[in-house]
Amino acid sequence: MRKFKELVFSVFLHTATALPLIALFSVIFFIISRGAMVINWEFLTQMPRDAMTAGGIFPAIVGTFYLVLVAVFFALPLGVMAAIYLVEYTRQGGIVQTIRIGVSTLAGVPSVVFGLFGMVIFVRFFGFGVSILSGGLTLGIMILPTVIRTSEEALLAIPQGFREASFALGATKWQTIYRIVMPNSISSILTGSILGIGRAAGDTASILFTAATFYIMHLPNSVFSEVQALPYHIYGLLTEGTHAQAQIPIAYGTATVLLFLVLSMSALSIVMRNRFRRRKKW
Amino acid sequence: MKKFFRRGKGIEFLFLFFALASVFFLAGIVVVLFSSGLLILRTVTLREFILGRYWHPLFYEPPAYGILPIILGSFWVTLGAMCIAIPLGVGAAVYIAEVASPQLKEILKPVIELLGAIPSVVYGFFGVVALAPFIMRLFDLPIGFTALTASILLGLMALPTIVTISEDVISSVPVLYREASYALGATKLETAAKVVFPAAFPGIVTAIILGMGRAIGETMVVMMVAGGSAIIPRSFLQPVRAMTATIGLEMGEAASGSPHMHALFGIGCVLFVLTLLFSIAAERFSIRFRRQVGI
Amino acid sequence: MVDIITSCQLPVASCQSSFISQKEIKISICSLNIWYTDTQAIEDVSLDIEKNKVTAIIGPSGCGKSTLIRAMNRMNDIIPSVKVKGEILLDGENIYGEDIDVVGIRRRIGMVFQRPNPFPKSVFENVAYGLKINGLIKKKEELIEKIEQALKDAALWSEVKDRLGDSALDLSGGQQQRLCIARALAIEPEVILFDEPCSSLDPTATAKIEELIQELKKKYTIVIVTHNMQQAARISDFSAFLLLGKLIEFNRTDKIFTHPEDKRTENYITGRFG
Ligand SMILES: Nc1ncnc2c1ncn2[C@@H]1O[C@H](COP(=O)(O)OP(=O)(O)O)[C@@H](O)[C@H]1O
Ligand SMILES: [Mg+2]
Repeated sequence: MRKFKELVFSVFLHTATALPLIALFSVIFFIISRGAMVINWEFLTQMPRDAMTAGGIFPAIVGTFYLVLVAVFFALPLGVMAAIYLVEYTRQGGIVQTIRIGVSTLAGVPSVVFGLFGMVIFVRFFGFGVSILSGGLTLGIMILPTVIRTSEEALLAIPQGFREASFALGATKWQTIYRIVMPNSISSILTGSILGIGRAAGDTASILFTAATFYIMHLPNSVFSEVQALPYHIYGLLTEGTHAQAQIPIAYGTATVLLFLVLSMSALSIVMRNRFRRRKKW
Repeated sequence: MKKFFRRGKGIEFLFLFFALASVFFLAGIVVVLFSSGLLILRTVTLREFILGRYWHPLFYEPPAYGILPIILGSFWVTLGAMCIAIPLGVGAAVYIAEVASPQLKEILKPVIELLGAIPSVVYGFFGVVALAPFIMRLFDLPIGFTALTASILLGLMALPTIVTISEDVISSVPVLYREASYALGATKLETAAKVVFPAAFPGIVTAIILGMGRAIGETMVVMMVAGGSAIIPRSFLQPVRAMTATIGLEMGEAASGSPHMHALFGIGCVLFVLTLLFSIAAERFSIRFRRQVGI
Repeated sequence: MVDIITSCQLPVASCQSSFISQKEIKISICSLNIWYTDTQAIEDVSLDIEKNKVTAIIGPSGCGKSTLIRAMNRMNDIIPSVKVKGEILLDGENIYGEDIDVVGIRRRIGMVFQRPNPFPKSVFENVAYGLKINGLIKKKEELIEKIEQALKDAALWSEVKDRLGDSALDLSGGQQQRLCIARALAIEPEVILFDEPCSSLDPTATAKIEELIQELKKKYTIVIVTHNMQQAARISDFSAFLLLGKLIEFNRTDKIFTHPEDKRTENYITGRFG
């Protein structure tokens, strides 16, 4: 009886691990195997043609690149400074507690709600319109908790001994942060933040009303331009346009590009992070 | 003033200011949602809004702004997703933490984490082109866009969150617990089931709540594959419309300042409050777990 | 102990100990109390540190030695839960007074820690760090000169002169610790605090550091925490015995080790506990 129970439990555990992996890899394989057939140089570098039924997805690639760029330029400095405050200036007390609650709550907010916020604040209130700037800032706020957390982890990994040695030599807090803490943590902060970048590149709901458009004739020429973006392009190809059947292969190609982009960035980030964790010499 | 800066107080305040940004943004979100969302109460009562059974914001005279079917739509797909994600996710976490060899663990953990990074629109796309047609044929339905379709995809999406966090939690249960059990002659699996799992339970609940938060807040999948009819769901094989999908689909067509727009922000408020409750609950269980195992 | 009139009205182990020459006091600790949140780690300790001498702080682990020595350059400040009451006078000036420049204090009082903690930089950059942040040098040649001098003073120069550009983390433990000493010496402090500097080193490396400390006391005032009795006996001029946060006995080292006045000191020294 005991043996039998063991067996059932063991089978369950193996199934529970294998099944999701098989399912998820099937999803990836299903898309990539079809997408690979439409991807070529032209697909990556040309504008769409013939009412979105032919040509490439270049504007969507460019758009996603710009959106991510704005998001990172916004979230990285902000997040790193917040983490520095939390780790290096921590005093027990109300403010730190408030900030921590703020960060973890923000991490749980659905991306469509960020989209509403961005629409009201950036698009309308600041008058940036539906644009790279509005969308990028919205994405930036969305990935801020990720950046703060990875930065915190990186800062906490710096041995206290380094800080003590620096203070004991008469360094100020700022000198210690600037000359000892930052140089030794910046690489793990950056690799960790790539995870956030991947998330920003793949998110759709937050750019629905802040940045994305299904089709524009030209590449964006300023931060105030509307843009095409890879994730929104997939959605648009399925739901908009007039030749659904002809658009589907392009959607496969776009999804493949997006998957490749996001997965390779995340893989890079995860591998580097694990390597940093292991390699720690001090 | 000079002394103020020499002591680095100025810099500290600068950092504090940036650290408070998250709190500002959160406050901003609350203000934005509620300042528009509460305006719907000028058109309908709170009771009519939350418990109203009809969502007819357009093309009806008079329009109806009851979001009960939409809230239930979200609950149904989330419930369905959890039916899939909890047993598989927790099982996988127990396997990775307690059974898998160290080498296998080295591979499985990052792979699962990586799968968590797949963008939701890709799942939605897969749902449209593959899963929905499959469901349609399997159950001989007129259309494959159902609560079930969305649930399966949301379950898959929530899995990496649940596995990763549960695994961390299980691994952090002190070795002490296991040794005591082994010493009494229990096998590895018995120990996992009877000792480690109960000790890790509150932490696993945290993982589940966070996974649920991810499912209920997910937009693209439910927009693309749940079908979208705003009627009170009776079966998993019916199309449903979730809160996120309603906002995503209708925001573009709602006239600025109209009751419809306010109702959509009102849905945003409900969604925000729900995710806030999830965050609080997750934190509670996390604290209980850490206290329970003494870390 | 001796009856004396004290500046801080304390019955025993006062700010003024008879065996210490009053003119030569570098640091004077007066009824110092330190708490971590609620637990008191240092209880009413008063102690004088004489110039150009080695003062050892001994006692069983957890008795508050580190807390006490870290109070002398206000390193405890970086732990948020710490509360300090009492005075520590450096050349007569209270370093816990209002309007005191903590950074300036730390420049005058160097510290070497229990575990060697060189920065993950080159040997050269490690020693240069203190000079640079304190803006102590103007010319490159001066920097090189001072670094060479500091490394020589720390008895490390001959071993590293050909590898100044190598990472400090590639040095052996004993070399790393001497590098940390060189780093502290480079900014020419007045006092150097050592918190169990040899506890992670092998006997050979330990002997080198002990020898070095003997050499350094000609120029610097030295306070050293150690739980190694023989070490305290070998290198120190004065010894303070701490137990559960209280100063039990403070005297010349030869007296403490030959004729301890307190039973508890005797028990500890003869190895009956700790
Ligand atoms: N950061 C801290 N927080 C709380 N208690 C501490 C901290 N550091 C030391 N203590 C406590 O203060 C007492 C003295 O510690 P310490 O000065 O490190 O002793 P020693 O160096 O003699 O071993 C111990 O009981 C220790 O537990
Ligand atoms: Mg100590």
